Amino acid sequence: MANTFSVARSQEGGVSVLTLSGYLDAYTAPQFEKAIQQEYDSGRIRIVVDCAGLTYISSAGLGVFMSFIEDVREAGGDIKICSVVPTVYEVFEILGFPELFEIVPARADAMQKFGRASGQEA
Amino acid sequence: MESVERTFQLHVPSSTENLSMIRDFVVGIGQRAGFSDSDVAKLELAVDEACANVIEHAYGSDSTHEVTVKARVDAESVQIDIVDTGSGFDPKQIEQFNLEQLISKRKTGGLGMRLIQSLMDEVHYQIVPGEKNELRMVKRLKKKSPS
Repeated sequence: MANTFSVARSQEGGVSVLTLSGYLDAYTAPQFEKAIQQEYDSGRIRIVVDCAGLTYISSAGLGVFMSFIEDVREAGGDIKICSVVPTVYEVFEILGFPELFEIVPARADAMQKFGRASGQEA
Repeated sequence: MESVERTFQLHVPSSTENLSMIRDFVVGIGQRAGFSDSDVAKLELAVDEACANVIEHAYGSDSTHEVTVKARVDAESVQIDIVDTGSGFDPKQIEQFNLEQLISKRKTGGLGMRLIQSLMDEVHYQIVPGEKNELRMVKRLKKKSPS
C-alpha cells in the first residue's frame, strides 16, 4: 500500500541534506517535521531537501516547508529543494512554491548555491 | 470506458493512517474511468486532501469516527462525495490567501482546499455541522482531440 515514507539525514560540507522517499502525506508529515526540527534545534540551518525519491506530496508535506522557512531564513540559513519529480513539482507549482523557495534540478546545484551564498568557492 | 453509471463506496476509520487506503481506492476508480495518469494523480490528491481535512479538522484527529468516500463513475466523469458527521466548516470562511503572507504568519491552513479547487472541475459543499457534511467533487474525463 502506498504509505511508506522515509527521511534520511546526512551532512555534506556544512550543509544538512534530508533525503525524502515515498509518500509524504498527513500521516507521514510528522516524520519530516521532526527531522527538520532536529536540524533547526541543532543550529544546522543550511538545509537541502532532496526529493528524488519522493513520489507523492500533499499539503501536509508542503506545510512542513512553510512552517520552517521563515525561522530558518531569519537565522541566516535556507531550505533549498532539489531533484523534484514532475508530478510532485506540479503540486509545488499550484501553490506558488517556486516563487518563494529555491527549487533546483540536482543536489549539486543546491550545494553550489549554499557555497556561493557563504562566499566559498563552489 | 464505462457506458453506464456505477457507484462504489469505501468506509474507513478516521485516522490519517488510512489515507493510503483511500488513495488506492480512488486511483482504482480513476483508472477504471479511463483517466490519464496525470488526471488520476489529480483525483488522488484532491480526495486525500479532502479526507485529511475531515480527519484532522472535522473529527479533530479522533479515530473513532468514520469517513465515507462515495464514487460515481459514468462515461463522462467521476463524482466523489466525502461524507462525515464532524464539526464541519463554513466554506465562506476559507481565506483567499497569499502564500507569502501565510508563511510570514507561520500559518499553513487552507492549502488543501486550494489544491482541491485547482485539481477538480467542480467542488460543492453541503455542511450541517455535527449531523452530516458532504463535499462533492467532480472530475470530467477529457475527450481525446480528433487527429
